[in-house]
Amino acid sequence: MSSLSRDEVANLARLARIEMSDEELVSLASEFTVILEAVARVQEVAGADVAPTSHPLPLRNVFRPDVTTPSLTPEEALSGAPASEEQRFRVPQILGEEA
Amino acid sequence: MIRSSAAEMATALAKGEVTSVALTQLHLDRIVSVDKDVHAFLHIDTEGALAQASAVDAKRAKGEKLSPLAGVPLALKDVLAQKGVPTTCGSKILEGWRPPYDSTVVANLKKNDIVILGKTNMDEFAMGSSTENSAYGPTHNPWDLSRIPGGSGGGSAASLAAFEAPLAIGTDTGGSIRQPAAVTGTVGVKPTYGGVSRYGLVAFSSSLDQAGPCARTVLDTALLHEAIAGHDPRDATSINAPVPQVVAAAKSGDVKGMKIGVVKELNGDGYQPGVRARFEESLELLAKAGAEIVEVSCPNFEYALAAYYLIAPSECSSNLARFDAMRYGLRVGDVDGASAEEVMNLTREVGFGREVKRRIILGTYALSSGYYDAYYGSAQKVRTLITQDFTSAFAKADVLVSPTCPTTAFKIGEKSNDPLAMYLNDIATIPVNMAGIGGMSLPSGLADEDGLPVGFQIMSPVMKDERMYSVGAALEAALLSKWGAPILSKAPALGGVA
Repeated sequence: MSSLSRDEVANLARLARIEMSDEELVSLASEFTVILEAVARVQEVAGADVAPTSHPLPLRNVFRPDVTTPSLTPEEALSGAPASEEQRFRVPQILGEEA
Repeated sequence: MIRSSAAEMATALAKGEVTSVALTQLHLDRIVSVDKDVHAFLHIDTEGALAQASAVDAKRAKGEKLSPLAGVPLALKDVLAQKGVPTTCGSKILEGWRPPYDSTVVANLKKNDIVILGKTNMDEFAMGSSTENSAYGPTHNPWDLSRIPGGSGGGSAASLAAFEAPLAIGTDTGGSIRQPAAVTGTVGVKPTYGGVSRYGLVAFSSSLDQAGPCARTVLDTALLHEAIAGHDPRDATSINAPVPQVVAAAKSGDVKGMKIGVVKELNGDGYQPGVRARFEESLELLAKAGAEIVEVSCPNFEYALAAYYLIAPSECSSNLARFDAMRYGLRVGDVDGASAEEVMNLTREVGFGREVKRRIILGTYALSSGYYDAYYGSAQKVRTLITQDFTSAFAKADVLVSPTCPTTAFKIGEKSNDPLAMYLNDIATIPVNMAGIGGMSLPSGLADEDGLPVGFQIMSPVMKDERMYSVGAALEAALLSKWGAPILSKAPALGGVA
């Protein structure tokens, strides 16, 4: 069960928004067989009675005072933008023409 | 002068024997003469460093009270944002990006007048153990240029071993400070998780990432630790408690009556003979210094590597979603009619390297419906078991110890086509990150079979970081009197210059 087909990797790449060549998909699929076999070992020890740990610190809902502090100017915020227009990020088309 | 410790440089600066400008220039000259061979730096900020140095000199001339490391130069891992200075994380996707703000670590360095020389090379997004995954080419180990300097913080560690900087900042998600320290004969500390702010540290695996100090001596590491640590309201996971007194601990180096626990599972098969020999020798020295050596067992550590390679990729698949070609960084394929999704897909294909893609895909799989419980869910349970192992072990010992890595530095290219063999480098360092405790690596000598540095790892409980500094300082002193000179004096000369 611990293996992935080329098509399964292609689906994961689509979900992760990475355009991959066929060659890349095939070689990743073969590597995953080895990697998944190794990581599947976690299933050997973890019984139903063990609580999961998502984080090393027992923190939740950490608040700080709601005070306005200096922040970036629009120019600074846009300084690394691949494209911008009228103090906004300019992005490629998001919705299809026919929508 | 460049071979002195940071503490010695600070004393010389305070006495007026040297200016920060002169000291900074010496290091910049050294970088020019050796970095073409070592490639520790991705960016050298000559102008910024000299401006900072001259500002410190002016403050000192006016008689202002300065921090202990004021005017001493430092190398910064390229995963931390520094305002106006290129920050790439070793990735093409961030090539040319200049952050509009300082990370808290950088703000703290500036507040302490520590001079930032430039940004150091690393595995892309800190994913790797050799610095071979940098999109800008590998860093070479100053002990043997054909070998890896460790990773992901290979640039920071190599800059110390090559005397390009006396101080450096690293980040450690599964060993990225400690393993490079081990293989380059330098000192590196991963503080308790939450001890140093992550604000402005480009996230790889948020529940594991921790920035920390690197240097050539335990005391220098402690001085830098205190300079960068402390609560930060901008990082919700930053611990709101006083910084552990690590400088005092490093100065005293007292281990009398301390119980040192040897982790049975982190030594033995798979560890190079020379690594084991240096480890045993260090234990004897610590016993002679008055510590009691006990054995502890952490049976679940054998599952730590498997759990790590599910948790870290899962978190990275989410964290790296921010590199979407929209607000900063690379954008590819933005032609008329191209959709945002097509641009994202193309940009991420071109911008990310092989290992980063591998981990994003693995994480996407581990988090996907139908596999979540079996992979990510089980890994989180293993994390609980590892933390419980540490709790029982710390009930029997004040600190725990092991070799930092199973082997000395391997050859560049030797493991780059075998992800699993590469992952095994971190087998002894990963448990520390899983539990969020502190870990240090310091040099314990050279392996007989290859003459390369071996690291000794010390682990301390949450917010008891001072303990690893006490033990580290005691061992460092004992080893120094045995060797007669620091370990780096045995490293070969670089580029024809001593």
